[in-house]
Amino acid sequence: MNLITVSGPPSSGKTAVILKTAETLMQRGVKIGAVKFDCLHTDDDLAYEKAGIPVKKGLSGQLCPDHYFVSNIEAVLEWGLKENFDLLVSESAGLCNRCSPYIKEIKAICVIDNLSGINTPKKIGPMLRMADIVVITKGDIVSQAEREVFAARVHSVNPAAIVMNINGLTGQGAYELSTLLFSPDKHIDSLKGRKLRFSMPSALCSYCLGETRIGESYQMGNVRKINLNEN
Amino acid sequence: MASREFLLKSTPMELLRQFPFLNSFFQGQTIDLERSKQSTLQEILLEMDESSQEDKAFDADHFLEQLLDFITQMQTFLGNDQLTVDSLTILPGHDKSGVPEHFTELLFRKSTITSIVGPTGSGKSRLLADIEWVAQGDTPTGRSILINNEKPSSDWRFASGKKLVAQLSQNMNFVMDLSVAEFLELHAKSRMVHNETEVIARIIAAANELAGEKFLPSSPITSLSGGQSRALMIADTAMLSSSPVVLIDEIENAGIDRKKALQLLVGEEKIVLMATHDPILALMADQRIIIRNGGIHAVIHTTEGEKAMLHELEEADRKLQQLRNMLRAGQVLSTT
Repeated sequence: MNLITVSGPPSSGKTAVILKTAETLMQRGVKIGAVKFDCLHTDDDLAYEKAGIPVKKGLSGQLCPDHYFVSNIEAVLEWGLKENFDLLVSESAGLCNRCSPYIKEIKAICVIDNLSGINTPKKIGPMLRMADIVVITKGDIVSQAEREVFAARVHSVNPAAIVMNINGLTGQGAYELSTLLFSPDKHIDSLKGRKLRFSMPSALCSYCLGETRIGESYQMGNVRKINLNEN
Repeated sequence: MASREFLLKSTPMELLRQFPFLNSFFQGQTIDLERSKQSTLQEILLEMDESSQEDKAFDADHFLEQLLDFITQMQTFLGNDQLTVDSLTILPGHDKSGVPEHFTELLFRKSTITSIVGPTGSGKSRLLADIEWVAQGDTPTGRSILINNEKPSSDWRFASGKKLVAQLSQNMNFVMDLSVAEFLELHAKSRMVHNETEVIARIIAAANELAGEKFLPSSPITSLSGGQSRALMIADTAMLSSSPVVLIDEIENAGIDRKKALQLLVGEEKIVLMATHDPILALMADQRIIIRNGGIHAVIHTTEGEKAMLHELEEADRKLQQLRNMLRAGQVLSTT
């Protein structure tokens, strides 16, 4: 079974891109399963079901979705193996710009959209910088110049990645992406001992544990203070 | 050629002097590289402890790898600037039912216009996707694309900044909050053109030539009218886009001189493809491709009879345009 991880800011078009790409793979007889990681709520599992793709969803609730993802991806992989998929797609929303959801040697795709602003590529950390493939969506509604500038910005923060423009509505470019996602001779049987490409955002303070009161005396653990004196 | 050792021994300022294009790369980093003028990269990287690296989501090894990648790619990119696309050739595949396409090869030369006709869902998008992806018999249609009559390098697929097709369509809008001049400057910078000011002035002049109503370099791009936006997009794509092929998807008649727009693109040596069902536009093309059931059904070279008809149509169009202008000027319409 192949495993790919897809990530990207909320509403950038991850699910649409995956569904359009999966459609072309399924036409070629590839058996696909998906798992959707999110924080509070998702209806994307219904979209997968409607497309005939077996899906599991995981909501991290008050936990960091990245941490939740990494503690569950092994079990998800086992589910995929048991179901005999050829390709398992793990989709997770990047909710903070410091997200780092990729595993070494597991194909990593970041979906980001042209409408998010030209400074966005610089703001996003490992989720964009360490992806193998960067998919840029919503190109059909901005000008050619904006597409070129945005792609150049993406290139300057991740020169090694393959950058593709995909239309999540019409599926333009999805076939081409699909040829990069699945190789029949690749088999991921276990993730044990594999490493993340970059450490995840860390936090352990009283607020992580449910504290709601504001004030110095309630702040414990890993707390950092804003510097208002600089500049 | 830069090596890892060389990079580590240099200061960021030295690197910038040698590779001016690194500016955008350095600016994209989460760490401030220009701050320390005397320190070499090695010293800067050694100075960062683990927690400050994690803080900035910075990985020294990964950074060096990307820096090397970026330099290599940009050097190839700048070296290849001279490589022009003179022609594009499509070798036949088959339609949705597997019936082979009838032509032996289909040639598009630079500075020519080809229109593409066929009902929605007939396979126009697939044809364009084949061109964009530089198909090598590996797409659902089985078509292959040649560039300058040769099998193209895979760079056309994967290298950033080297895309074969630029697109213009009715639904495209400017979304950045910038003035026309700032916007063009940003685009010129990303393309690393040498004569920035000159190119920008040329684009604005050309766009004003196409649009009915003139705009200023200081006008915000989001406040331009539909016609002005379209004019600016066309002029910018003609003069500043790196892509040799321009696809136009149904440009409307309102507020823009379509003939001049096509002449501008052709004058800049683009290969123009145009999806349209407007007779005036379709007949301005040198040839038109008829798409049916996912395949190229026929190729018609615009006939003499059709060209004569184009003159009549243009005359009628001019009249309409005149009436439009009179309306805009607040006059009472009369046929003269």
